[in-house]
Amino acid sequence: MDLTTPTRLLRRATLALLAATALAGPALAQGNFIVMASTTSTEQSGLFAHLLPAFKAATGTDVRVVALGTGQALDTGRRGDADIVFVHDQVAEEKFVADGFGLKRLPVMYNDFVLIGPTADPAKVRGKDITAALQKVGTAGAPFVSRGDKSGTHAAELRYWKAAGTDIAAAKPAGYKECGCGMGPALNIAASTGAYVLADRGTWLNFKNRADLAILVEGDTRLFNQYGVMVVNPAKHPHVKVALAQAFADWVVSPAGQASIAGYKIGGEQLFFPNAGR
Amino acid sequence: MNAFSESVSVALNLIAQADAALWQIVALSLRVSTTACALGAGFGLLLGAWLAVARFPGHAVVVGVLNTLLALPSVVVGLVVYLLLSRSGPLGSWGILFTPTAMVIAQSILVVPLIAALTRQLVTDALREGGDELAAMGAGRLLSALLLLAHARLAVLTVLLTAFGRAVAEVGAVMIVGGNIDGVTRVMTTAIALETSKGDLPLALALGIVLLGVVAVINLAAGLLQRRGQAALPLTAGAAA
Amino acid sequence: MSGLPPHMAPALAGSAAQPAAPLLLALQQAGVQFGAQAALRDITLQIHRGDRIALVGANGSGKTTLLRLLNGLLPPTSGQRLLPAGGRPPITAMLFQRPFLLHFSVRRNLQLALWLAGVPAAERAARVDGALQRVGLQAKAALPARSLSGGQQQRLALARAWAVQPDILFLDEPTASLDPSAKREVEQLIDDFGQAGMALVMSTHNLGQARRLANRMLYLDAGRLLADLPVDDFFHRTDLPPEAAQFLKGELPWT
Repeated sequence: MDLTTPTRLLRRATLALLAATALAGPALAQGNFIVMASTTSTEQSGLFAHLLPAFKAATGTDVRVVALGTGQALDTGRRGDADIVFVHDQVAEEKFVADGFGLKRLPVMYNDFVLIGPTADPAKVRGKDITAALQKVGTAGAPFVSRGDKSGTHAAELRYWKAAGTDIAAAKPAGYKECGCGMGPALNIAASTGAYVLADRGTWLNFKNRADLAILVEGDTRLFNQYGVMVVNPAKHPHVKVALAQAFADWVVSPAGQASIAGYKIGGEQLFFPNAGR
Repeated sequence: MNAFSESVSVALNLIAQADAALWQIVALSLRVSTTACALGAGFGLLLGAWLAVARFPGHAVVVGVLNTLLALPSVVVGLVVYLLLSRSGPLGSWGILFTPTAMVIAQSILVVPLIAALTRQLVTDALREGGDELAAMGAGRLLSALLLLAHARLAVLTVLLTAFGRAVAEVGAVMIVGGNIDGVTRVMTTAIALETSKGDLPLALALGIVLLGVVAVINLAAGLLQRRGQAALPLTAGAAA
Repeated sequence: MSGLPPHMAPALAGSAAQPAAPLLLALQQAGVQFGAQAALRDITLQIHRGDRIALVGANGSGKTTLLRLLNGLLPPTSGQRLLPAGGRPPITAMLFQRPFLLHFSVRRNLQLALWLAGVPAAERAARVDGALQRVGLQAKAALPARSLSGGQQQRLALARAWAVQPDILFLDEPTASLDPSAKREVEQLIDDFGQAGMALVMSTHNLGQARRLANRMLYLDAGRLLADLPVDDFFHRTDLPPEAAQFLKGELPWT
């Protein structure tokens, strides 16, 4: 490396560094993949590890899942950082479409929530009725962990409390604690403090740190949790890979996709129940 | 103590089985963090050297800001970079959100203040020793600073190792700008966070042990390099780099 | 620029160089102030080719500051540092009491010095080899510079100076931290450089050394230049300023 004078070397080095950084910028976002914003509970249930390879085998397209809370997932779609959104909060989803951020909402499947609590069940909630169960938890002032993160699960939880006669926003029952966290961490907290918690069955089945927690309330039809898929509207975000995203939406509601969903089991138990087009 | 002993055996198992998915995650962690440190070093070394020699009104303020940025939370950096790279943000057209490139950018920003602050001190001390002679030989202030960096390269290596440690161990920034996408942007720390939130604590701890093991190997290699550098000198001469 | 008017000359001066020797550098009533402290006051002197100047004075008298001022490492806070009109500015090199060598090989240190001095690449190799030969360090060329002994390091510093072919070589107590045999080697080299035509400005505590190497003595006291005399005059005159006389009396028994 023959450099003539020290100052010239300095100038060249600075220019080279600036050039290198400028070139590093615009990377190509092409490639045979779509970004899907979904929820942590769905990812942690393990569904995607089962479903997405089937889609790839059928179409050759990769699906890159960014797992967030429902609110954040919808926000990611609004910002155009995802091509497709797959969450479980019908009210929020319909607003997403109404506001023009999503094309048509397609129902895909449902799973269910369960009320988890200590096996000893101090508030005596065991049964099939979620409303009655929450009333008992409220009256007893038993410890209850809420995700408090504006997720689909959180939204559902607030609805059940309302049905039980408690407006959480106005007055929290004694023992009610919000963690602002995902399903797994909420279960962790419940496990270590012996609290009640509303969880989706999928995360619960995969959860390994159970301590003495068990399912106390299940099977109430009100506990069913509906999933919907929406392609992000290219009118708002022209760069969205509409064709590939629509291919996924169409596939997941097709007989092949629905069968794949039904085929996903943990310990022999089916987690998600396909109900597209019903 | 159960979780700890269980995690050690899980860790050993993971390493023994040479689990492909695990090593893919380790490789990505190393790629992202070393690239970020290289990029960060490019800016940080220059910035630190320049600050050691520059004299202008407000110099103390700049140094104060730099030292404050040492405490920059990684999640804040992640958030800022996310807002910049989001499609709805100013650099959205680059389309690099949720890719390793975004993670490299975020981690670079994280380590630049660290490298710059440590370099500034290193250069200031070295200038005290040799600044006069280099000036007498005709080197301007900034050039002297850069020559001294080459001269004190073992100390610079330590600075870079420190920066690497900061980068490879952080989770806040890469989680937000990378999205922890399986097979694409999942690194060691985000994998640990994921397993923790799934309640699989032994696995999470085991991954932590593997991460530390990998970093230990790197530091061992660097330590050998340093000892070779020192060995070239007799004990009595030039002990301090 | 011709000779200075008499009132600008130092207190006691004489000309040591031949009157026709070219002027390299001059100070005109130059002073250096560090905050409230006056390190140098009202210094007027000229350096000609062929000058071999020993700069003496008590610690804190300003010798190092004067050397740095002459070499252009510091600007004067009053007065001027003057270069001859027309022709190029003098090439200078400097030796310090403890040489600062970079953590590279002996050869690389020399190459770097030439690079910094702006010597074209084609000439560098020859100059490096020449300098190494001059000081007798060819055998050590590939070794780390810092692995050399104190005396060898100072010889390397001299090689570094020789390689740039300076008009003036400044030395700040170059043998003060060397053992006697290294001291002799280094002195011999300095003498050789002077013989080869380099102007020398060397501060020293060692009056014997001053007598051996110099042809002109400058005496500094509290930042003022009190004497500027040919070396013989300095050691034998009876009308020296009292501080200088006192200094001589104090230092002589020890040299």
